[in-house]
Formats: sequence, C-alpha cells, structure tokens
Amino acid sequence: MTGKKKRRLFSPIYLTLVLIVLYLPILMVVIYSFNSGRTIGAWQGFTTGWYTRLFGNTLMADALKNSLILALLSAGLAGVIGTLGAIGLAHGHMRGSGFIESLATLPMMIPELVLGMAYLALFTAVGVKLGMGALIATHTTFCVPYVFINVKSRLVGMDPAIEEAARDLGASPMRVLRDITLPLIMPSVISGMMLAVAMSLDDVVISFFVTSAETTTLPLKVYTGLRSGGTPEINALSTLMLVAIFTCVAVSQLLTARSKANLDSSR
Amino acid sequence: MEEVLLSLRHIFKNFGEGDVLSDVSLDVHKGEFVTLLGASGCGKTTTLRIVSGLETPDTGEVILNGQSMTDWPPEKRPVNTVFQSYALFPHMNVEKNVAYGLKVRGVDKKTQAARVKEMLELVQMSEYAKRMPAQLSGGQRQRIAIARALAPQPQLLLLDEPLGALDLQLRRQMQIELKRLQKKLGITFIYITHDQEEAINMSDRIAVMRGGRFEQLGTPEEIYDHPATRYVAQFIGRSTLLTGTVQSMNGPLAVIKNENGRFTVDSAHAALTAGERCEVCVRTERMRASCTPVEGFDLPATVRETRYAGGSVLIYTVLADGTEVVAEGATRMCDAPQAGDRVYMHWNPAQAAVIGGTSHGA
Repeated sequence: MTGKKKRRLFSPIYLTLVLIVLYLPILMVVIYSFNSGRTIGAWQGFTTGWYTRLFGNTLMADALKNSLILALLSAGLAGVIGTLGAIGLAHGHMRGSGFIESLATLPMMIPELVLGMAYLALFTAVGVKLGMGALIATHTTFCVPYVFINVKSRLVGMDPAIEEAARDLGASPMRVLRDITLPLIMPSVISGMMLAVAMSLDDVVISFFVTSAETTTLPLKVYTGLRSGGTPEINALSTLMLVAIFTCVAVSQLLTARSKANLDSSR
Repeated sequence: MEEVLLSLRHIFKNFGEGDVLSDVSLDVHKGEFVTLLGASGCGKTTTLRIVSGLETPDTGEVILNGQSMTDWPPEKRPVNTVFQSYALFPHMNVEKNVAYGLKVRGVDKKTQAARVKEMLELVQMSEYAKRMPAQLSGGQRQRIAIARALAPQPQLLLLDEPLGALDLQLRRQMQIELKRLQKKLGITFIYITHDQEEAINMSDRIAVMRGGRFEQLGTPEEIYDHPATRYVAQFIGRSTLLTGTVQSMNGPLAVIKNENGRFTVDSAHAALTAGERCEVCVRTERMRASCTPVEGFDLPATVRETRYAGGSVLIYTVLADGTEVVAEGATRMCDAPQAGDRVYMHWNPAQAAVIGGTSHGA
C-alpha cells in the first residue's frame, strides 16, 4: 500500500470516528427511548409506551408549556433587541462600534455558571421575584447575541446604495426601514431567532439559578429526572427536544444559505 | 442665456482626512448635460452626493431653482440618482422597483401603473416588468435603474458612473441611448465618469476635477482644444507638452524657443509677451513630422519607430533632449519615414494651445 492510498483511507475513517464519538451517546438516548426495558444497554423490545406516558404526565405538560412560552417570548424579545442593535450599529458610523459589538457578543463566551450566579445575585439584590419573569429576562439576554450576529453579518453584506436609493426616491428613514431594510434582513432575523429558540430550549444552568420551585422547564425536568435515577421517559423527552432543536438549527441554516444566495445574485 | 437650475456655491467637505472638496462652485442650466470628469478619489462622487442630499457640505450652499436646499434631506429633493451599483431593490420585481418613487410620494395606483408602463417603454424593458433584479443582466439592470430614477419626474438626474460596470460595446450603445433620452426628455443631467471619451461624446459641459477642485469647466471643445492646466492636457486625449520662452511676437503668432529648437503658436487665447515662459500643448493627431524644415518651426527629431494605427500612421520620435513626441502621419506605411530618419516636427499654429491662457482666468 502506498502512502498516498493510506492517506486517502485515513481521512474518511478519521471523520467517521469523530462523528461516532460525537453522535453515539445521542443516538443511544434516541434508541433506548423506544426500549421496553428500563435500563440503557439492555434492549428488550420496541415500544412507544414511554412517549405515551410522557404525554399523559401533567407535570411534563406543564414543563413543556413553560419551556415553549419561555423560548418563544425570549426569542421574540431578543429578535427585536438584536435586530435594532445591529441596524443601529451598522448605520451609526460611531466611534467604538467595534468595541460595542464585542461587548454585545461576549455573553456567548461567558461561562453559563457565572452568568447564572450573576443574574441570581442581581435579582436578589434588586428584589425581583424568581420564576417565569426572571427566566424570560435572562433567556432574552443570552439570546440577543445570536440574533445580533446574524443580522449584523447580513447588513454588512448589503450594498449601502440600496437604502440610499430608497431615500433618494423619496422615502423617509422610517419608510426605508419598513420597505427596504427589514424585508431584506428578515431571513437573518428569523434565522437568529431560531437559534435563540434552540438555545433557550436546552438551557439548564442559567435557568437553574433564576427559576422558582413552582416554575420548571423541560431541560430542568430532564436534569432533576436524571438525578432521581433516569427513566426511559426522560430519554423520550430528550429525543423530542433533540428533534425540536435540530429543526430550529436546520431552518436557521437554510434561511442563512438562501438569503446569502439571494444577495449574491442581485449584485 | 438659459435659466440656472442648480447652483453649487463654495462647497467645502472634509471627512477628517484632508479636504475632499474645496471651494467647488458650479452653475447648471436647465436641460444641460454636465459631466464631472476625474480620476477616482477626485471628489466627483462626493459632489454628486451633496447635490442628492446623501452627504451634507461642511460649508457652502446647494441652490435649486433659486431656493437653498442645503439642509433638505434627500427624500425632499426633486433630484434622483442612478447609482453605480444600480442599487435595485432585490426583493421587488422590476415593476415595483420603478414604481417605488411614486408609491412613497403617495401617487395613486392608476397613475403609478401608467407611469411605470411609460418608463419601461422608454428604456425598452416592457416585457421584463415581472422579473426580479437577480434575473436581469447588467445592461438590463442599468435600464431599470434609469427608469426608476426617471419615474418621479425629477428636475435633475444624477448619474454616478452608470456605465462603469458594462463592457465596451454595451457601453458605447448605452452612451448613445442615454444622450438620446436626455435630449428627448429635456431633463438636466449631472453625469460622473472617469472615461474622457465618454465625457467628450456626451456632455454639453465638462468639469475636470482633481483633488477636490475643478481644474477646468468648459465645453468639450474648449477642454480639448484649450486645456487650462497641464493636468487637463494630459488627462484628456494624447498630447505633447513643450515648455519654452517667447522669443518674439508676430501679430497673434508667438515664436517660442527652447533647447530643442523653435516653434510657433497662435496666442489669441493667451496674450503672451516676449520673454515670457510658457507651456504649449499639441494634440497627437495634430502633430506632424516632415522630412524638410517647415517655415516658423525648427524642431528636429529622430524617428524611433512607426506604427500603423488604422487609417493613419503613428510616428514615434525623440527630440534633441530626449523628449518623446508622437506624430500622426501618412495614411500608408510605405509613405511614412523610417526608423532612424531625421524629421522636422511642426503643426498648424492655430491648433496648438498655450496652457493656462488668460482666457481661462487662470
């Protein structure tokens, strides 16, 4: 076997190994959510029973409702804040805009543990009641960067003459925002909000700090469920969350790719 | 004298890194085609953006129809722009692009539709009304950009290198079409280009810009025949510049002497006096090379090479001090002098220009 051949074989094998290491644990959870037995590792036959039980569980339904409300509201708020921020920063030509941009995206890098503790400390100090309100506030905060980055990169790729042409043709700045800017960046806004939904749906650490005993979300349910000795019901729940998050990310990627193609071909 | 539509008065603009525009003043008459010509970075686009309102001058005034609109935002000005990148709205079809300027001004739907139809016919794009910009070629986008800018019936149309992105053939065709359009509609055009041929072919007047100032403002003929500065002479057309001292005046003819010899120029535009230093510009197509000395001239040169240039022959020569001079000559190669031949350069004194003559106020 020549060296060249070896190399040609090496990279697909390596790639497969990486993918297995990455996705095998996830695959296990998915597979064993359909296992009629209770333990992971011992396959005892196919069943969808755990899903039925999951949907019959009122506590779970409550957590699902909370998670959805939380994800949609915080993604929505983050959508507005992130979009306005990106537009303001892209058009402002102000000094230090690079610094502000770094600040705006930094929460993505800060350890969640630190963020959670910080929020808890702030809310306790100011006297904000923990629970849904606090959850929405924190989730909105860590969701903003996803929208901001997406929208900003789209705005940067846009020919500034397009907006200028609208002004030149008689549109006021607000009219330009409504007729030109927003429609053109909408795919990026939605793409960013999809990522935000995905991030909110799977957050445990920050939620753990700022939630109250009465308010629980799906990821928190999974976490506490595992501590009290995981059941296949939790596997089923995790599988559903995976599907939801994969869908969000896929839609987001698709929108980004499509809007990029659209923008490129208009040049 | 036609009515003045637009006046720029002493415009200064500085983006923080030196002056982009310094003391630009210009009067544009109704129905005129004025071109701002210059290399990139000379301030021509900034001048245009100040007229459209997309940029505000640091000092100076923009006056339209006798009314100052210096502080008006772009949407209030009866002025539209054709952008270099076309800047069509990518999410609207051709029809909606063209209608946009009417829609935001609250024109009713029926009038909008009629006007869009008329504009698309004008630029011969009627069958493309429902297409999206991404489905159009560069030349087609160009036409739509023009139709969109004309639809709101601006008093003044600004065109920022509108043909810059087109290939040469399409460019020539669009030059003719644009000029025809302008004559037909009687709309005043301010046109930007860095292509001197385009400027000369299309304009009523040309402003040659350099470093944020007007080097010269005049008709294409004035600019070509009587360049006000060395820069204008070199930027427009091909020419030879010769410096010398006025030896004597013979009526309007000035005999000028330098280290290469002696030559004659008509000083009607320049009012020269004996003993004065001056610079003379001779266009390549007016420069001649003769085998025998010509009266009034004593400029011997050596032929370096001759090249056939389609219909004429270009003769590349060198003067005594090494200055290279190109002349146009015989229509056939066999009549042209050979490399190494001694020739005598001359021209019609009336067709040479003294640079910076008093007639330009320079």
